Amino acid sequence: MTPLVVSIAGAVASVLLIVVIIELIRSRRLRERYALLWLLTGLVLLVFSLWRGGLNTIAGWTGVTGYPPAVLFALGLLFVIVVLLHYSTVISKLSDQNTILAQRLALLEAELQERPRR
Amino acid sequence: MSSTSELAKPAASATMPATLRRVAIVPARNEEGAIAAVVREIRAFDPGLDVVVIDDGSTDRTAAVAAAAGAHVVRLPFNLGIGGAVQTGFRYALAHGFELAVRLDGDGQHEAYELAKVIEPILAGEADIVVGSRFAARDGHYKGPLPRRVGIRLFAAIVSMLVRQRVTDTTSGFQALNRRGITLFAADYPHDYPEVEATVMVYRHRLRLREVPVTMRERSTGSSSITALRSVYYIAKVSLALFVGLFRRSITPLEEDTE
Repeated sequence: MTPLVVSIAGAVASVLLIVVIIELIRSRRLRERYALLWLLTGLVLLVFSLWRGGLNTIAGWTGVTGYPPAVLFALGLLFVIVVLLHYSTVISKLSDQNTILAQRLALLEAELQERPRR
Repeated sequence: MSSTSELAKPAASATMPATLRRVAIVPARNEEGAIAAVVREIRAFDPGLDVVVIDDGSTDRTAAVAAAAGAHVVRLPFNLGIGGAVQTGFRYALAHGFELAVRLDGDGQHEAYELAKVIEPILAGEADIVVGSRFAARDGHYKGPLPRRVGIRLFAAIVSMLVRQRVTDTTSGFQALNRRGITLFAADYPHDYPEVEATVMVYRHRLRLREVPVTMRERSTGSSSITALRSVYYIAKVSLALFVGLFRRSITPLEEDTE
């Protein structure tokens, strides 16, 4: 069985994460699009921190016999990997768009300079 | 004027002040098959209405076709999504000193002659933003996919509660705005699927919102930007934005009109 203290600590940390995410959206420092994955992370961690039976069941399925809270770490790690992967795709897209912006700007500048002054 | 001549020539120019600077904002992405007819219909409806097509990163000839049909064309360097595209149009309207803006989609689902209905309350000074609704009329039936209809109804109910006013269509891109509305949306406009949040924004800025019934056509070309998988993201994102928006105390300060 998951130790009670671990459950409480996990729940507190999850709630903190969710509060910080919502505050970031509220103050417009985080777009809803990118907040959704983080919120899902926080909610799943919160559920499994409080629902100790569920955590034990999953631990049983995945063969984690010694220490059920390890499933919490694994879940957290899984989400961090997914969020990072998501960011990699976002960064790739931003790089492509940055290239297009630089090209369009350079072409515009060239056009302005070649145009005879009126 | 007899009613038959009104039907034959539903031009708004009769009621429209000649000096009022007005613009139609038309966001379009890969609509080379529909955009020319859209632009021509708007110009036929009211020749005094400037048309600006916001080409949202099309990979086809949308920009060239729109320009040939007589529209101003603003080409975005890449796809910004409907929110970013439409806001570009509002910024264009603000920068060029337009006092009235209408917005309609580039796929041809909106009928240009219906513009008279959304423009009328603006001209009468009764509203700052007027939205054409598919559902406001009791007899009007909109035949879309079921999940989409349910989603639209759900958000309509939530938004109606938030803005303390009956709103039936929160996804309509058929709108008219006065200078105040243009100024607000040029300064701040939501991303991705903007209309739901924009409705709440309008309320929080104490702008007067009006909904009028309009009919819309079935889409002629292209496909709806909202597919099954995207609708899940749509509902999650918009719900989150609405929820968090409730706790946003400070509203965006409007830029002063510098003219």
